[in-house]
Amino acid sequence: MPQSQPSFPLRLNINGDEHALLIRPYATLLDVLRDQLHLTGTKRGCDLGTCGCCTVQVEGVAVLSCLTLAAQVAGRQVTTIEGMANGDGLHPVQEAFASCGGSQCGFCTPGFIMAVSAFLESCPDPTDEQVHEALGGNLCRCTGYIKIYEAVHQAAKVLREGGVRQPLDVDHRHLIGELPPATRTDPRTHDLARLQQLHPEGKG
Amino acid sequence: MSRHGAHHPRSVVGKRMPLVDARRKVTGSGVYTEDIYLPNMLVARILRSTQHHARIISIDTTEAIEVPGVAAVITGAEYPNKFGVIPISKDETALATEKVVYVGDVVCAIAGSDLYAVEEALAKVKVAYEPLPAYHKPEESLEEVPEKIHPLGIGKTNIHRMVDQDFGDIEQAKRSAAITARGRFTFQGVTHGFTEPHAVVARYEVDGRLTVWTATQVPHYVHRALSEVLGIQMHRIRVVKPMVGGGFGGKSDPFPHEMAAAILSMRTGRPVKLVFDREEVFLTNHGRHPTSTRMEMTASEDGKLTGLDIEALIDGGAWSSFGVISTYYNGVLSVAPYDIPNFRYKGRRVFTNKPPSGAMRGHGAVNSRFAAETLVDMIANELGIDPIQLRLRNLIPPYTDTVNHFRITSNGIAECLEVVRKASDWDSRHGNLPYGEGLGIGCGFYISGSALPIHWDPARFPQSTVHIKIDMDGGVTVHTGAAEIGQGSDTVAAQVVAEVLGLPTSMIHVKAQDTDLAPVDLGSYSSRVTFMMGNAARRAAEQVRDELTAAAARLTGYAAELFTLEDGTAHCRSRPAVQVPYMRVLHEAIADRGALVAKGCYRSPPMGGSFKGAAAGLAPAYSFSAYVAHVRVEPQSGFVHCDKVWAAHDCGKALNPLAVEGQIEGSIHMGLGQVLSEGMRYHKGQLLNPSLLDYKIPTPFEMPDVEVFIVESDDPEGPFGAKEAGEGPLLPILPAVGNAIFDAVGVRVFDLPITPDRLLKAIEEQGAADATATSSKQGSTATGRTKRGYVAGGATDEPGPALSRNQR
Repeated sequence: MPQSQPSFPLRLNINGDEHALLIRPYATLLDVLRDQLHLTGTKRGCDLGTCGCCTVQVEGVAVLSCLTLAAQVAGRQVTTIEGMANGDGLHPVQEAFASCGGSQCGFCTPGFIMAVSAFLESCPDPTDEQVHEALGGNLCRCTGYIKIYEAVHQAAKVLREGGVRQPLDVDHRHLIGELPPATRTDPRTHDLARLQQLHPEGKG
Repeated sequence: MSRHGAHHPRSVVGKRMPLVDARRKVTGSGVYTEDIYLPNMLVARILRSTQHHARIISIDTTEAIEVPGVAAVITGAEYPNKFGVIPISKDETALATEKVVYVGDVVCAIAGSDLYAVEEALAKVKVAYEPLPAYHKPEESLEEVPEKIHPLGIGKTNIHRMVDQDFGDIEQAKRSAAITARGRFTFQGVTHGFTEPHAVVARYEVDGRLTVWTATQVPHYVHRALSEVLGIQMHRIRVVKPMVGGGFGGKSDPFPHEMAAAILSMRTGRPVKLVFDREEVFLTNHGRHPTSTRMEMTASEDGKLTGLDIEALIDGGAWSSFGVISTYYNGVLSVAPYDIPNFRYKGRRVFTNKPPSGAMRGHGAVNSRFAAETLVDMIANELGIDPIQLRLRNLIPPYTDTVNHFRITSNGIAECLEVVRKASDWDSRHGNLPYGEGLGIGCGFYISGSALPIHWDPARFPQSTVHIKIDMDGGVTVHTGAAEIGQGSDTVAAQVVAEVLGLPTSMIHVKAQDTDLAPVDLGSYSSRVTFMMGNAARRAAEQVRDELTAAAARLTGYAAELFTLEDGTAHCRSRPAVQVPYMRVLHEAIADRGALVAKGCYRSPPMGGSFKGAAAGLAPAYSFSAYVAHVRVEPQSGFVHCDKVWAAHDCGKALNPLAVEGQIEGSIHMGLGQVLSEGMRYHKGQLLNPSLLDYKIPTPFEMPDVEVFIVESDDPEGPFGAKEAGEGPLLPILPAVGNAIFDAVGVRVFDLPITPDRLLKAIEEQGAADATATSSKQGSTATGRTKRGYVAGGATDEPGPALSRNQR
């Protein structure tokens, strides 16, 4: 690979944000996402299109960002894993992967979530066979896929029913109570007398 | 033991719960090593050997260093100190010093401002080699050679380790046996296939301290190895383990690239990141050893197993790695779950000029387990005894020891067998399915944590220590060196502590990342973390609990012993109306004293025999498992579809059933790969398939439906009764599939993986044998196929048949 400085001007729309960049003309979308924008949720598992860890969506279609030149997606809407959750909580596909145990080490997970959410857009009520087909390009070495299938079906159901996002509830005040109010110090307990014993020069 | 009641209902332990870091994973916000970008950071790559075995005459880096953007070029000569995960077999250096020993060996490393500069510089390094004879076949490595691969070879050979063990009287068992089953099995090497390539970031700072972020299962061993190689004290080194994208044993050694990145950072004074490409992951390997195993099993006429004789030739590749242990494990873990009174093992691990083998999920036990379970099935078939029935007759009981002196505690193997027998409708289906369809059984047995720690004074130091801190915010910080690598160890720590303190797990913050903060835990290998770290965490939490209940006593006037912590509240058992919220109790507990801190440790109890190698395979507890697999074989193509697995695993007590299921399902996926499709294929020592396209990991299409049965035998020494679930669940799937293939088409293949070409050849050979033997007899089915026993491949070159019966 010849050396050159990033010089190719490119406008990218990632998760709704416009970026004006200078890239190397041969930079992949994955290179730009990770190395230039530090959007590190998109993972580099093989750089050869064989593992699916780098899956992102371009205009809602799942693509392998390691096989996509950044210049190819100029001006198009790119969605990465960072664009899935918002202030209202996790996307139903994310929620399902978390709650079903569809993610163990988590390295393949962003790619799966991008592939699955794109798939469910076009196939909201999939059969098992369709799920297998849709996930054929994504490698998971931890789960054996079983809990990923469960997550896909759970997410599909939630999405069909309107896809409500559940905000995270980790407020335990009702359970554990709160620290009691501060205790007032009794001024009579101050120890000036002891200090003056040690330091007679201060007397007077 | 616990004064707060063993019978108290668990509120956290035993509940299905998502991993505590799941939300970080599903949002992509979890930080893995490659995700670290530091100011002023350089990137580095490695120049790897193109030679199998060669002396390095010279390395000319003069042009490389001139490439614009290149900051440093290093070679091995300056760092000759050896390292290795096992103290008695250290043989690796940071970079090659005098020789290279496999294609992929680390010759030179270059750091620069960007990868393009570094790649250009790598291409300009000129290495002059003097080729040496290369050894790729393990058999050749048994012989004396002019130039050993490295000095650890015994005598003038490339033998790394010889293990000979003999219990009972195997010769007598053979003489008196009614039946003997034997086979020569071959196993291609397999590799872990984790999705995250190895990655490291090193930062040497002006205060003389080195920080290394690395994708590792063993921060403590990396810590030690860095110190040895770099020649600086351990306290000057900090190892941080970010999130790790899978390990399965493949990140359980200290590695040369970790040393190289550290050296480059020390050289430049700048942070250095080094990430592997996928081919480098394959070449670095440390996967399951390619193995050739001769095994004989004897039995009496009524199906009592009487003897097991194993001879294994294990291909270690270029380095020692865990090889001393691997050599033992290929034999010593093969006896249980059966009660076999006579056992002999001869194991030889050899060096070859190939990518190093090491530890992989089910370390050492997987291949021999396949062989043993196959022979058990052959004996059952020959004696006309149902294979599950025969296994049930031979099980080792709980609370006993094996012929090779393993202390067995809880043992749920009988229940495992009964559960899958019933669920699979075994009794009516096995042996009765149409040609091409079959059911097979396989059992498993595995250590729940190696009782022998790998460090310099094992008799005196804990294997795991956990620190806990609670300050006035109420959150509980748990410090442990146990490495979360996706298996859920942070969740185990959080659950154990939450259970003891009666708090929700979201209030437990597990810090398992950093050697500056965490006390030593030996790492995530040998399925040790739940058992050892779990016990240490429980003990630490119990001390904190005692401080909290003492505070509740001071507040209420009732005795501390009467208080239970549950649902964020201290409850007085004798006076249900007396309750104090956790934060109030905590306030009292830390008044005048500051944050609560506690420490808990675990060291496994003394056990085992006193013979050479007695410690290998010892564990404070063992897991047991039994699987039934259903397969469909396409007789025209030899293609095997495994479409259903009933999997029962005794993990003592499932602290988190969701995670245990995940481990079992993932293990089935990985084992299925080894038995049917995965293999590191070589041509004259050159790895042919170093990519995820050519190395055939099962896809969603190959993954069977799995029904998991968790058998809870409640171990007396495990934390809340727990044992392991990380590795043992891999063992039974291989023989279950092999035995199901036999039930389907009457053919056994002893060479793994059982690829379509191998199985088809066996089916065709069987057909030819049948045609000769039965041409004038009845008995063939309408299709001309029978399910008569036929053993293909390795068994046929044995002296004597695969099965023999004494005529007495």
